[in-house]
Amino acid sequence: MTRLTHREIMTAIVAAVALAVAATLPLFDQGYYLSLSLNMVMYAALCTAWTLFSGPTHYVSLATAAFFGIGTYTVGLGLDHMPFPLLVLTGCAAAAILAGLVGAATLRISGVYFVIFTFGLAELIRQIVSYAQIKLTGKMGLYVFTDFTEKHVYWMLLALTGVVFLTGWLINRSRLGFAMQIIGNDETVAKHSGIDTARLKIVLFMISGAFIGMAGAILAPRYPYVEPPAAFTPMTSFLVVIMALLGGTRRLWGPLIGVIPFMLLMDFISVRFPNDTSIVMGIAFLVIVYLLPDGITGRLEQLWAYLKKPQTQPQPVTAEERA
Amino acid sequence: MTTPALSVNGARKAFGGLVAVNNVSFEVQEGELFGLIGPNGSGKTTMLNLISGALRPDAGEISLAGTRISGLPAHKIARQGIARTFQLVRMLPAMDAEHNVIAGAVFGHQRLWGEQAREAAHELLALVGLRGREHVPVAAMTYIDQKRVELARALASNPRVLLLDEWLAGLNPSELNIGIALIEKLSRQGRTIIMVEHVMDAIRSLCGRCVVMNSGRKIKEGEVEDVLSDPEVIEAYLGDDDDA
Repeated sequence: MTRLTHREIMTAIVAAVALAVAATLPLFDQGYYLSLSLNMVMYAALCTAWTLFSGPTHYVSLATAAFFGIGTYTVGLGLDHMPFPLLVLTGCAAAAILAGLVGAATLRISGVYFVIFTFGLAELIRQIVSYAQIKLTGKMGLYVFTDFTEKHVYWMLLALTGVVFLTGWLINRSRLGFAMQIIGNDETVAKHSGIDTARLKIVLFMISGAFIGMAGAILAPRYPYVEPPAAFTPMTSFLVVIMALLGGTRRLWGPLIGVIPFMLLMDFISVRFPNDTSIVMGIAFLVIVYLLPDGITGRLEQLWAYLKKPQTQPQPVTAEERA
Repeated sequence: MTTPALSVNGARKAFGGLVAVNNVSFEVQEGELFGLIGPNGSGKTTMLNLISGALRPDAGEISLAGTRISGLPAHKIARQGIARTFQLVRMLPAMDAEHNVIAGAVFGHQRLWGEQAREAAHELLALVGLRGREHVPVAAMTYIDQKRVELARALASNPRVLLLDEWLAGLNPSELNIGIALIEKLSRQGRTIIMVEHVMDAIRSLCGRCVVMNSGRKIKEGEVEDVLSDPEVIEAYLGDDDDA
């Protein structure tokens, strides 16, 4: 549980090489492919961060847009006063604090209410930011002028994705990760085994929210002008859920498997059916939930288990086994 | 007299108008195998829930080795050294036997980690008769084996007091003998155990002392033989045709 296995070392090497290769992309293309890859990396970071919490707990959070928007807005508001790296950390901290408050208020309530609450919260924050900005400044949005180009944003997001994966991996091999697995299996057993379930869920929700806020902050320089309807768009929350579920939330790398084909599909759809994108996306979502409830990785694991030992069909329990 | 391992003093719990546990007091000594019996609906499981922190008592005090635990949340009580099994067996269904038991070792009274936790789990699985089945998914196990895993998980925290909630219920006669032998073995190792049980043969052969509850009240406490021959206890049982 604590020592590195051969397989873990190999995985780490493969991941590092993949990250390094991905980092060379802007050297070859600075147009369409960079833009598409940037979206992929952004959702890879967001979906993996989302899964850190929602994977083990099975609580579906739709607050992604709130954390993301807070990160973006922190950068937009503070750009004239603070250096960019400090703003990214501030956005990260602000999102973590919000996640802590939301968690403390809602993680004792059951799953369905949590979904509705987080969705309502994201909308509420969007409205509050719009209202406050119009009242106080008379404007709707903010200008974000930096020297960063798309490739810088890409590199920063790639680094963030690496950090999110590393964090997820460290959590999985820690007491926190094991505790979350137990909570996901049976919360009553978890409590009676000595796990402070409420506190751990809040801690994990904060870690997840912090990374989402950080992604929002890093993304801010991509757009010269940010406004609440764009920064806090609920589409972010929905897309993150869809892609994470498509990939599968049982493994750390599950969401990544969902992000790549989904972004390609979305790109294809938005070019072919520019006016009906939402409809086609909605249908895609339904198909995913119906056909792949455990995601692509869940299906792959089932297939793997089937191929590995085809003889272990469920067998009737024999008398000797009962005794 | 030394401090009792567990003392319950005037515990009370009501659900609306129904008083499930009404002013119940008893003491369990270190190393004792203590029975908690009574007809269906007499409040035994509620009593265990009060001790383990699944429920908070409305009044009264429960102390573990002299330290008050009533009012603490369940996870803190578990860390203080109370472990339990459940009336309907509760597994961590996606895990194998080993990890079900490690779960008890990592977060409870004795906080082990890594190789130590794994070793403790293997020892306990051997103790409950599941040597060699460490990597079997619990979902594929028979009912008695799941009960064994659950018992091993409770023991993995090295609890000061072990609560068994009808651990023998649902076992067939041959399994029952295995189960009774297992509890006896734990008791001989010096464990302090409180068992809620319906199987009277088990209470007779295992427990030294017991408490009888009826309609939320303690109606009798004492040596098992004396208690079971008490007219009031017999009436409580025979008056309830629901019971075995």
